[in-house]
Amino acid sequence: MTPRTGYMHIQDDPAQPRYIYSKRNLWSGVLFGVGLAAFIDETIFHQLLHWHHFYDLSTTAVGLVSDGFFHAFSWFATIASLFLFADLRRRKGLWLTRWWGGVLLGAGIFQLYDGLVQHKLMGIHQIRYDVELAPYDWTWNIIAVVMIIVGSILLWRTRRRT
Amino acid sequence: MEHGWGHGGSSASTAIELICTLLYASVLVGYTLMGRLSSQHYKSWPLYRYICWYAGCTCSVVVIIGPFAAAAHSDFRIHMIGHLLLGMLGPLLIVLSAPATLLLRSLPISQARRLSHVLRSRYAALICHPVVAAILNTGGLWLLYTTPLYTWMHQYTAVNLLVHLHIALAGYVFTISMLYVDPVAHRYSHVYRAIVAVIAAALHGMLAKYLYVHPPTGVSTGQAEAGAQWMYYGGDLVQLIIIGLFCYEWYRVTRPRQINVKTALDA
Repeated sequence: MTPRTGYMHIQDDPAQPRYIYSKRNLWSGVLFGVGLAAFIDETIFHQLLHWHHFYDLSTTAVGLVSDGFFHAFSWFATIASLFLFADLRRRKGLWLTRWWGGVLLGAGIFQLYDGLVQHKLMGIHQIRYDVELAPYDWTWNIIAVVMIIVGSILLWRTRRRT
Repeated sequence: MEHGWGHGGSSASTAIELICTLLYASVLVGYTLMGRLSSQHYKSWPLYRYICWYAGCTCSVVVIIGPFAAAAHSDFRIHMIGHLLLGMLGPLLIVLSAPATLLLRSLPISQARRLSHVLRSRYAALICHPVVAAILNTGGLWLLYTTPLYTWMHQYTAVNLLVHLHIALAGYVFTISMLYVDPVAHRYSHVYRAIVAVIAAALHGMLAKYLYVHPPTGVSTGQAEAGAQWMYYGGDLVQLIIIGLFCYEWYRVTRPRQINVKTALDA
């Protein structure tokens, strides 16, 4: 074997389980992020603050369908992501930076979808009732965009070098 | 509605209560006997399976007979809690008690073979297909609450019994199509089952929200709202348990290890 540029890299990488399970780290993070965002939405905003409503009469059929799928998916995503996380740990393939990148990306995408498509386009429910909505909407969506950007940076920095 | 069983009259309802009670007692005793007797020849049948069987059968029977069943006719919330017990929690507990495995190890070999033939039949494979089972289960509920079936259920004893029977069986079939505790005809991948489970759960939640604003005939708005929330959150809770067990099954099956030839041959 003649030493080439980058040879050491190629030799080192596959030995590291985290590179083998790079994709699984990403998926576990994204699923957990979606689940976490949905959980915060449902417990804090629906149940504790009562800002959101179980069903607001302006909800359209398509909104109901979208909400139904997201709700069911988020339950599944939370639990599945934690089992994936446990699996990565037992395989010694956990890559926390990449996992967090996935969490932020997943949570950001869910929140942006919720804020733009579900609240605004479909009108399922609003963030809060009987108040000036604009500041709430802006805060909600800006937090979502920041999470997407930070998550993407983390994922870019932990991408597989080929 | 004073009379619990509608047009059936009291003699029919007494007969049904008697049959159900006898059936309930005999399945409890039968399971216990099979568990104890088969434990003499095989590995001891675990205690938690007995408990799951007793609890699962109890969940189902209280919905069909007794004071709870009578209250369900006039109160939509009770009706909905009954459906959670009969169609979701009861079947889940019964699946966890692995009745088919117990039967297979208790029956004489020729009969066990016949039973395993039935379990592997094309009919069993068809209704235990995750998509078919989901349609039977969640689709059946949509049919019940969006058609006059709900009204008929409270008018005719036979319809009432059939609806209950369908809910219990469809709940059981759906649960076995998701959790492979007992032997199954055809196994589907975890990803496949997960997708079906999410869609079925979504349709269940949508129906709950639909009922929130479109109460079935004869149900007041207040009761419909409370019942719908029971359906929504109660359904979530049982689905949470199913997903947890489902993921745990994946976690166990995919554990990294060298194949142990001896155990592989024994299994």
